[in-house]
Amino acid sequence: MKVIYLDHISGNPLHPKVREAIIDYIQKDGFGNPVSQHSIGDAAMEILEDARAKVAQLINADPQEIVFTSCGTEANNHAIKGVAFAKAKKGKHIITSNIEHQSIARPLRMLSQMGYNVTSVSVDKYGMVNPADVEQAIREDTILISIMHANNEIGTIEPIAEIGRIAKARKVIFHTDAVVSCGNVPIDVNEMGVDLMSIAANQFYGPPGIGALYISEKTKILPLIDGGVQENNRRAGTPNMMGVVGMGKAAELARVEMPQRTEHLLKLKKAVMDHLGTIDKIVVNGHPEKSLPGLVSFSVEYIEGESMMMMLDEEGVSISTRSACASGSLRTSHVLIATGIDHATAQGTLVFSYGIDITVDDIDKAFEALRKSVAFLRNMSPLYKKG
Amino acid sequence: MQYSEVVMDHFKRPRNVGTIENPDGTGEVGNPICGDMMTITIKVKDDRIDDIKFNTFGCGAAIAVSSMVTEMAKGKTLEEAMNITKESVAQNLGGLPKNKLHCSNLGADALHKAITDYYERKEGKVRKTREAEKVEHIGEREGKCYCPYCDTGLPEPAPLCTHCGKPTLQHSDFTIVKGAKKE
Repeated sequence: MKVIYLDHISGNPLHPKVREAIIDYIQKDGFGNPVSQHSIGDAAMEILEDARAKVAQLINADPQEIVFTSCGTEANNHAIKGVAFAKAKKGKHIITSNIEHQSIARPLRMLSQMGYNVTSVSVDKYGMVNPADVEQAIREDTILISIMHANNEIGTIEPIAEIGRIAKARKVIFHTDAVVSCGNVPIDVNEMGVDLMSIAANQFYGPPGIGALYISEKTKILPLIDGGVQENNRRAGTPNMMGVVGMGKAAELARVEMPQRTEHLLKLKKAVMDHLGTIDKIVVNGHPEKSLPGLVSFSVEYIEGESMMMMLDEEGVSISTRSACASGSLRTSHVLIATGIDHATAQGTLVFSYGIDITVDDIDKAFEALRKSVAFLRNMSPLYKKG
Repeated sequence: MQYSEVVMDHFKRPRNVGTIENPDGTGEVGNPICGDMMTITIKVKDDRIDDIKFNTFGCGAAIAVSSMVTEMAKGKTLEEAMNITKESVAQNLGGLPKNKLHCSNLGADALHKAITDYYERKEGKVRKTREAEKVEHIGEREGKCYCPYCDTGLPEPAPLCTHCGKPTLQHSDFTIVKGAKKE
């Protein structure tokens, strides 16, 4: 049975050309350390810098402003802790939102236990941050604002450029977690006015285990991982060269293919929305327009997400759920709760995330399976009969 | 997949789904806020469970538990059925993942409640409505909050299992600028 993979937000499949590039690298070189001063080291350095330039080009940055990391989570940790420690003398106040990924929320929680003050601005029912709330939260001792570009659970795209203008005017460092958006929607770090931005390759058909942090030239930040002089003293350690090669290729492809990809994703999104319109008692989460083209989050009332996910898995459709029962912690998603959705409805939340490898036919098949599981589970639900 | 084969079998082919018309006893436990809710209806004949059906809102484990507990209780005397425990349900399912053990709790509870309801009706007691029941969702054990159905302890002001459903923010140590629009 062919598996229909609709969980791209957990990681995109490798683009065939990315796979080729990685294999080619392993066959031709595959071991040189870019720090070495001999010819083999020089060759590796050339490969590293070529990939860096391609990543920089994707977001309109200078190559020297790109630091390779092990993943998006490391980039987020680096941005938060690196700025907090570098700026501790100036102040200890940080502004964020209440829908950030755990790799932002948890480091901030740690910092708040270390004496930093964190202000978390709330979002509206679409999961949208109001830039005026951010401005209002800025204090004399504010050193950092970190607001995600797009949300990984509901897809809402935040008004980053507006917040960027506020941050610039108030001279506060601005970081955005663009892990799920970079490579999928056009990004220009200058237009967005960000000082720091986190990226992950597996969100744009590159390999997992490689990411990058954009650090604008003027931004003062301490390294998260200390040691040698790699990455211009900003991230020590021998780089993951296979990952770097894959990420460079993926960035190049994303930049070139973005218009066609977006067109395809929007076609799929329309198919998803059309199907959803035919199922009774469905709540679509996130902003209706300002959202990622490759993701739709929705809640099916009266039933629970994990059981739907399991039934779809049996039918060969891989999806993700935000039900508390399916999370290790048995907690309802903080993102959904932040949008004001009630706990019971949140339990029935599914995330369909798709990509360039998915066809409208795949979506139709997935919904055939979903319809079956919804009917089966609602028939079993004590809530549906009461409703 | 984290579930045993028996769990998957009962999840995919649940036994005794539905509601008995004019039942002799009804047991309803759980709460959709917590993620599981289960209703068991029974028909009693000669002190035996003649028929039993369930309706469940919940995860794969909750559905499998409901199916298993009804299978186990069917045909048993009321006394035997009262002795079905969460442990025996979990055991018959070939075990449950640690964070899903509370689901087996729910199954046994719903069954016992249905039987209690049967006895109470026989005695002519007025049925308590669900709303009038004592809410015991949030408990405290060794100074830590826990939900009787989600046996894992919850970091204080439990965000999930409060009967009223008011969400406490995940990071209570953060200052809130503006309340999110709720309700």
